[in-house]
Amino acid sequence: MKPSALPKDPQTVPKVKVRSRPLAASLILIGGIILLALGMALAVAVGAKDIALPDVWKAVFHFNPELTEHQIIRELRMPRVIGAAVVGAAFAVAGAIMQGMTRNPLADTGLLGLNAGASFALALCFAFAPGLSFLGLMLYSFIGAGAGVGIVYGIGSRSKGGLTPIRLVLAGAAVSALFTALSEGVALYFKIGQDLAFWYAGGVAGTQWVQIQIILPVVVIALLGSIALSRSITLLSLGDDIATGLGQRTGLVRLLGVLIVLVLAGTAVSVVGSVGFVGLIIPHLTRKLVGVDYRWIIPCSAVLGSLLIVFADLAARMINPPQETPIGALVALIGVPFFLYLAVKERRSL
Amino acid sequence: MESMIHQAERRKRSRGILVIAIFIVLIIAAFVVSMNTGFIRLSPLEVIRTLFGQGTAQQHLILFEFRLPRIVISILIGAGLAVSGCVMQGLSRNALADPGILGVNAGAGLMVMLYVSFFSSTVSGSVFLLPVLALIGAGATAVLIYVLSYKKGEGLIPTRMLLVGIGVAAGISAAMIVLTLRLNPEEYQFVASWLAGRIWGTSWKFVVALLPWLILFLPFVFYKAKVMNVLNMGDQTATGLGTAIERERLLLLAAAVGLAGACVAVSGGIGFVGLIGPHLGRRLVGPKHQILLPVSALAGALLVLVADTLGRWILQPTDIPTGVVVAVIGAPYFLYLLAKTKV
Repeated sequence: MKPSALPKDPQTVPKVKVRSRPLAASLILIGGIILLALGMALAVAVGAKDIALPDVWKAVFHFNPELTEHQIIRELRMPRVIGAAVVGAAFAVAGAIMQGMTRNPLADTGLLGLNAGASFALALCFAFAPGLSFLGLMLYSFIGAGAGVGIVYGIGSRSKGGLTPIRLVLAGAAVSALFTALSEGVALYFKIGQDLAFWYAGGVAGTQWVQIQIILPVVVIALLGSIALSRSITLLSLGDDIATGLGQRTGLVRLLGVLIVLVLAGTAVSVVGSVGFVGLIIPHLTRKLVGVDYRWIIPCSAVLGSLLIVFADLAARMINPPQETPIGALVALIGVPFFLYLAVKERRSL
Repeated sequence: MESMIHQAERRKRSRGILVIAIFIVLIIAAFVVSMNTGFIRLSPLEVIRTLFGQGTAQQHLILFEFRLPRIVISILIGAGLAVSGCVMQGLSRNALADPGILGVNAGAGLMVMLYVSFFSSTVSGSVFLLPVLALIGAGATAVLIYVLSYKKGEGLIPTRMLLVGIGVAAGISAAMIVLTLRLNPEEYQFVASWLAGRIWGTSWKFVVALLPWLILFLPFVFYKAKVMNVLNMGDQTATGLGTAIERERLLLLAAAVGLAGACVAVSGGIGFVGLIGPHLGRRLVGPKHQILLPVSALAGALLVLVADTLGRWILQPTDIPTGVVVAVIGAPYFLYLLAKTKV
């Protein structure tokens, strides 16, 4: 949040005007969706075996099970690419909601311990309930994400200086270190390192249709919920006083917001593993482009987040074929300079 | 009046000596237990007998070629990292500084990784080059963090330093993963266990490679203990007392970075030791560096030795990386400190 968004005079509060650019936002939405469609088609076509775009079209709309190429597309590439798009949207919107609600410019599911908590929960699931269904995994993943963010905010609010962004990031880093270490211990003890290595590094390679069938509706509902909540989030982002003054039930909005964030982060981690920085970069970028109205920020973040992960996954396959580069590491390479830029630039309350 | 101050002073000193003695006893105890722990168990009596040259050839091999070097390395890196953290905390006047948290360890690790992947994983003759390279990596990272957290007119901003450090560490870890995959799939294993903090240099030649750097830096830092006390009083007082602040600070910082780099060159990326050692020390003997530095070193050595032993003991015969054990102890402690201090 930029302080410039705050109305200078408290008397003018009732007619809050936030800086927003609906035109730019509509352009981003439309252009982004077109680009996303193209990107997904490209991602389906490119890989260890290149497939021509017309064949991709045919495989999707006139599926012929006799052709290996169609099989590759249907069973391997399509779920993977759709998974990437869904996960990207989930991470980005979770980050946007967290940044808006807490007015913390460094909020991100990876930085604040949600991803590590969810990964640890997954490690426990693999160890103690190896046969658990994907739905079950997802449920534990939510709980893990909740535990992670609960500890981070608990430590933050119990401490002397209060909930400053830097305190939250530091607590997030420590909680992540703890959960990662515990997951590693569990992995070694139960000899499930192989199954888990995939989650540590992050990747959408193994995504299956069964998973898509579950995560797609969940994420879509969560996204609709967040859009419904977006007006309230905009008001919260202006500060608690203003939001309360305008008759917002801040407690209720916060609760709903946190639930949506947990669902989005938990789902995304259960598919792709711990990928950080998406929820940091995308909302910031979106805010620069469309202004501070969350009714636009949330849908635009969803589209741009999908784009980022779809292309990151494409890059992960292209850099060193047939090896796959962990997508989490790739996104971190973009995310870290951005994080450093924010850390150095932000003067307010950091 | 004067005699009372003297008495208090003397009491503090004898308390310091007592604490040091207790730590040494604990380290010796942990040493014996550690000698005893592992895939092949040896009774304490057998350990002692073998140490005095009375054991069988197999016992001799296990103790002198496998366990002893590893224990010595644990003690050395524990001491080195703790002193490094103590200096960093003192200089930045930031209770949460630690070479792991600030990303210095990651910088050293990147160089180690590059070296190991370019010159094969056997690392035969030139182990001695490793600490030098790690030093360069740690130094470059430290400069980067310093530049990013320096602000004209305000100097080094401690909170920004932590934030920048976390970011830099995350970036370097990601770069390590991407680079290794590019180089050689087998190296991925090395990087993964480095990041987890597995002590990988476990033979005498690593001890020999590490030792000169500790002999160089540790006495230097101990020698500067008084200067650190003065620096702790704040820049103005320190200048008033005739200390060349900038020069002293730079030298001490270089020593701290050097210590961390050299230690990490033979161990994995072990964090939190530089955090816990000095805090424990401060709690036991107070903020005077003449006594705080050695106590921190001993506390760090004990911590790593115990963590390494636990790592070997909990899941026999599997080894838990030492860094994992240290993180399970260290991360909650960090959170506790975070809740207590004003960042």
